[in-house]
Amino acid sequence: MNLSNITTMSTPSSSSPLKSSDAVSDQFPAGLRVLVVDDDPTCLMILDRMLRACCYEVTKCKRAEVALSLLRENKNGFDIVLSDVHMPDMDGFKLLEHIGLEMDLPVIMMSADDGKQVVMKGVTHGACDYLIKPVRIEALKNIWQHVVRRRKNGWKDLEQSGSVDEGDRQLKASDDADYSSSANEGKSSKKRRDEDEDPDERDDSSTLKKPRVVWSVELHQQFMAAVNQLGLDKAVPKKILELMNVPGLTRENVASHLQKYRLYLRRLSGVSPQQNNLNNPFMSPQDATFGATSINGIDLQTLQAAGHLPAQSLAKLQAAGLVRPNAKAGVSMSLVEQRNLFSFADPRIRFGEGQLQHLNNNNKPMNLLHGIPTNMEPKQLANLHQPTQSIGNLNMRVNSSSAPSNPLLMQIAQSQPRGQMLSENTGSHVTRLPSSLVQPTLPNGISNGVLGNGISGASNITPTFKTVQQNSSMVSFPMNQSSEMSVSSFPLGSTPRMSSIAAKGIFHEEASSGIKSSSGFVPSYDIFDELNHQKSHDWDLTNAGLTFDASQHANPLQGSIDVSPSVLVHQSFPSIQQTGQNRNPTSFGKGMFSVGEGMSQANLQNLGQHLNTHLVDYSVKVKAERIQDQSSQINLFPEQYGQEDLMSALLKQQGGIGPAENEFDFDGYSIDNIPV
Amino acid sequence: MDRNSSRRQVAAMKQSLFDQGHLDEQFIQLEELQDDANPNFVEEIVTLYYRDSSRLISNLEQSLERNPLDFNKLDNIMHQFKGSSSSIGAKKVKAECTLFKEYCRTGNAEGCRKSFQQLKKEYAALRKKLEAYFQLARQVGSHETACRPNTILPLFPRKTTLSIMILKSKAQLLL
Repeated sequence: MNLSNITTMSTPSSSSPLKSSDAVSDQFPAGLRVLVVDDDPTCLMILDRMLRACCYEVTKCKRAEVALSLLRENKNGFDIVLSDVHMPDMDGFKLLEHIGLEMDLPVIMMSADDGKQVVMKGVTHGACDYLIKPVRIEALKNIWQHVVRRRKNGWKDLEQSGSVDEGDRQLKASDDADYSSSANEGKSSKKRRDEDEDPDERDDSSTLKKPRVVWSVELHQQFMAAVNQLGLDKAVPKKILELMNVPGLTRENVASHLQKYRLYLRRLSGVSPQQNNLNNPFMSPQDATFGATSINGIDLQTLQAAGHLPAQSLAKLQAAGLVRPNAKAGVSMSLVEQRNLFSFADPRIRFGEGQLQHLNNNNKPMNLLHGIPTNMEPKQLANLHQPTQSIGNLNMRVNSSSAPSNPLLMQIAQSQPRGQMLSENTGSHVTRLPSSLVQPTLPNGISNGVLGNGISGASNITPTFKTVQQNSSMVSFPMNQSSEMSVSSFPLGSTPRMSSIAAKGIFHEEASSGIKSSSGFVPSYDIFDELNHQKSHDWDLTNAGLTFDASQHANPLQGSIDVSPSVLVHQSFPSIQQTGQNRNPTSFGKGMFSVGEGMSQANLQNLGQHLNTHLVDYSVKVKAERIQDQSSQINLFPEQYGQEDLMSALLKQQGGIGPAENEFDFDGYSIDNIPV
Repeated sequence: MDRNSSRRQVAAMKQSLFDQGHLDEQFIQLEELQDDANPNFVEEIVTLYYRDSSRLISNLEQSLERNPLDFNKLDNIMHQFKGSSSSIGAKKVKAECTLFKEYCRTGNAEGCRKSFQQLKKEYAALRKKLEAYFQLARQVGSHETACRPNTILPLFPRKTTLSIMILKSKAQLLL
């Protein structure tokens, strides 16, 4: 193969082994931007020195959260990540998942542990390589191959209609190992992640620059429509493609999207533990999309754009009504949300689907929700396994309320998600969701969550969302959001900003008043005000909207949001449940509040419980998102990530959070991060 | 000649560290990273290692005082310690870490404690030797790249090895 090429390029024996003298023009792999994460200062220093000796550009990081925020701030600032497995603040695999979902960068794991299980874990979580410590410089000299390989594969997705499924790309890491040393040196320079940067729609197959199709909300909606028309059993990529009739879309794109969607559905129905365990990171994104798409058609796009979320998954999530279409928002969010959504499993799917359709309609006008807020809710609720109805109601509301409201719902859902949404989602409190969503307290994550929740709450809209019932799925999203808040990819579609804002807002809100009835929420935050513009018409979407907007504007909370989302999500859930399915914004708001305040104690627990079940993945994700502090908490509840984050975020906001958090066993996430 | 003899001394010291099993291949890797731009790299790393690992040592001590022992926690701390130690090439220390972890795995409290004592001994012994080594190396003042012991030792008698090393360093000086 290209072994010869490789030799010329990267033979360690040569004087400048890494300089691609012949092959690549720009002296690749010299200058490769590497991010190294290791809590051991000795190892970190050695690796740094070694990598510099390889002529790479090195950035050191002692903590995973810091690394994540670095990556998020600078989406294209790095080519590859090296991470230790055992770290005190965050498990290396979690970090791996996050990165894979949000940024799709190749990640290499390192550890002194060479046990088979650990290495296997690395593979399944998507690491493109696993190095045993002590790491030798020779091993580091060749890491550029992973970068090249990934880029090449990314292209292939677009270029070749037959070869690589987009969906598989995420799992590419594991597959990459199968490839022999990359023979793509030539391409590396060109493919510097351009492809990944573009959050465009899928129609760029012509340019072949994009590694994958971005499953925007609309696209996903079309997909959903086609699938529904054919019937899930009979939905084959070819036919779906025909029905969708989208130029530039290939059968492979559809196939991989369909695969993700199926996985998502399976997840919703509480399927294979495998999915939950292993694929959470993978699935979530997908799920999220599913969930989100349904809900927020709009947001999906964002999410997709973000590129973190497998666009497809976003779409799916949206479809499921859970996800917030905001792919952009936070890729991380989406991931998280997705996860959450997924965790909610079935409810979401159902909800999502139903919602998707409805939401799609509604979403448009409501850009606020961008992500999924509306969708989210239902889904999230669904996920909670709560009476999907509530979610459905929410969704319905969302949908029915009219486009604008949807966004609001979404927003609300998002905002709510943090606390209320979750609660609401879990159950019937779909109505709650909206209110919870409204609660802008969680600017970022929360809003997402809330929105999601709200949406779930909108399950009233059942007709619109099929999965409304599933609300939980929606709910799960919010939860994800919490963690991801910063990502804003929250299913709710709220952009990461939203989430951040929302998170903030939410927290504020919570602190201030618990959740003031939908409208009240946001007031504390400017962001929320923005969201208000969106106004949830029927709901307190305004609140949600506020959050949503706020979050949108707010910068994706890098770290802070994370906290809130989870917290909020948690809270929202309980509230959701409590409120039952009314869509009353007030109820939601109340729900939210309760979540925030009262809930914090009890609700949180409820949420936690709900969340835990549903969010298994979510929470994990959520937590992961929470870059900030959360390490302790994260460790505690890997599964409850989202919950804890939200809860803590919410709690903190309220001031009573501290104690409340304890209830959940959170170690007190520091919601401090949330800039209030 | 003085220089040469100092170099020889340094080389001999280093060689003995390898011979006695205190250091392994990884140490050589570190030395290879040392150059004019980073003239004291190895010493810096070792200093950093001892500073950071002392924290781990005290953690371990505290944890070993508890009753009953939390083997999981001990294993975790030791894992970190082992990783650090292996990254500087502390062979004996690393071996003791492995032993300790095994005791943790089997829940052998007595074994853990004993192993830990032994580990501390190795850890301290290595520190002393390395300190002496660095001191001498600094005096010699030039950068000596270690010849890989396993490549040279088996092939040549010790004396020859040293000569080779001296020649090598001389050559380097010239370059």
